[in-house]
Amino acid sequence: MTTRGGRRRGARPRHGDPEGRPAGPVLRAVGLSRFYGQGESTVVAVDRVDLDVPTGQTLAVTGPSGCGKSTLLHLLGGLDRPDEGEVWLGGQRIDLLGERALARLRRRAVGFVHQDFHLMDELTAAENVELPALLAGDSPRTARRRAAALLDRVGLADRARHVPSELSGGQRQRVAIARALVNEPLVVLADEPTGNLDTAATHDILRLFADLHAGGQTLVLVTHDERVAATADRIVSLWDGASADDTPLDAGGSRLGALLGWEE
Amino acid sequence: MQDVVLALLAKEPSHGYDLRARLLAALGPLGETLNAGQIYVTLTRLEKAGLVVQEREDAPVRGPRRKVYALTAAGQERVAAWLAEGLGPRADVTEFHLQLVAAAESGMASPLALIEARRRELRRSLAEAQRAVLTHDRDSEAGLLLEGVALRLHADLRWLEACERTWSATTAHKEGGGN
Repeated sequence: MTTRGGRRRGARPRHGDPEGRPAGPVLRAVGLSRFYGQGESTVVAVDRVDLDVPTGQTLAVTGPSGCGKSTLLHLLGGLDRPDEGEVWLGGQRIDLLGERALARLRRRAVGFVHQDFHLMDELTAAENVELPALLAGDSPRTARRRAAALLDRVGLADRARHVPSELSGGQRQRVAIARALVNEPLVVLADEPTGNLDTAATHDILRLFADLHAGGQTLVLVTHDERVAATADRIVSLWDGASADDTPLDAGGSRLGALLGWEE
Repeated sequence: MQDVVLALLAKEPSHGYDLRARLLAALGPLGETLNAGQIYVTLTRLEKAGLVVQEREDAPVRGPRRKVYALTAAGQERVAAWLAEGLGPRADVTEFHLQLVAAAESGMASPLALIEARRRELRRSLAEAQRAVLTHDRDSEAGLLLEGVALRLHADLRWLEACERTWSATTAHKEGGGN
């Protein structure tokens, strides 16, 4: 018999969970660490992070710059590999996959949203959204149909034929979100998605995330902005690469009244 | 003010003059309006309420034996309750700052634990405010108020980051110094 703690850190079956937990976490990190450099100059970017993200949750990861939150996101999405620990996505351990298998899984199961959009300048909004679907093997027709539906969902149906330089920052980010969704990923991972946007565009993006959340999309959001983090179901704070706090934000509270001075 | 004065007495009995100096150090220019009279009025009220008593100083460093104020058991309890209860989302910066100073001074609560508890409280309030911001028209009266509320909570949370940095350094320094 192993203890619960022993089992978490110890050997796990490679594929899936033998106990079969349908409502288990869609994304899981176990003892995740990432180091840079060697010897005395080693920098610990991520320090033994344990994290479970249940299906449908919006999780915000916050912390000061350099706290390791972007590195953590890259590890969770299979863009980088941990030096220690495990990453599980959809019941599958991904940190041990070979490069090609990992790339294939990333394309299908993970949607990335970046601070500076990462759109292809010479492609239209619609073509940008179609691209990952085509790369994942969808027919051009299917890709076109899905891109059109998603651009409509993010409120940009009338901008589909414009190239990024003809779009505002907020519109570009909405295209990037549509692109992240085109392969129906298990998780959307967003790294400072509103970092380059003004207040109005930030609110549009946050409303869009709330809409995705209502549709059951799992979302992990790295941000240093408390107002962005405040829209999540839960906030995990990183401090020097380690998880320092984990605060659930219950949506049903009634604290706003306490901000009025009338009770005195 | 009463709670702060009480908490500053938790470490050791003090003279009104020392309490004022300690408060001035913590408040900087914001303490300019704080006069000695206010401290003594507060101490007198606390004494009437049975939270402090006056006693003779044991062994003065120099000069005559002065009267010092000491916490009663009830005073001790009240300090513990004040440090444990949290201040609510409307508390201003000075109030929470003094609570951190008093917590560290008295040794009855950890400033870092207070910061963490307050961050949770403010985050939950901001979560509600921000959700409301997103569902109200920005140009409506209610939308404008909500934006102000969210901005203020946001500012408080950013200041807590500074508090965390400074008090972690202070705590580490103390522990490193073999205190």
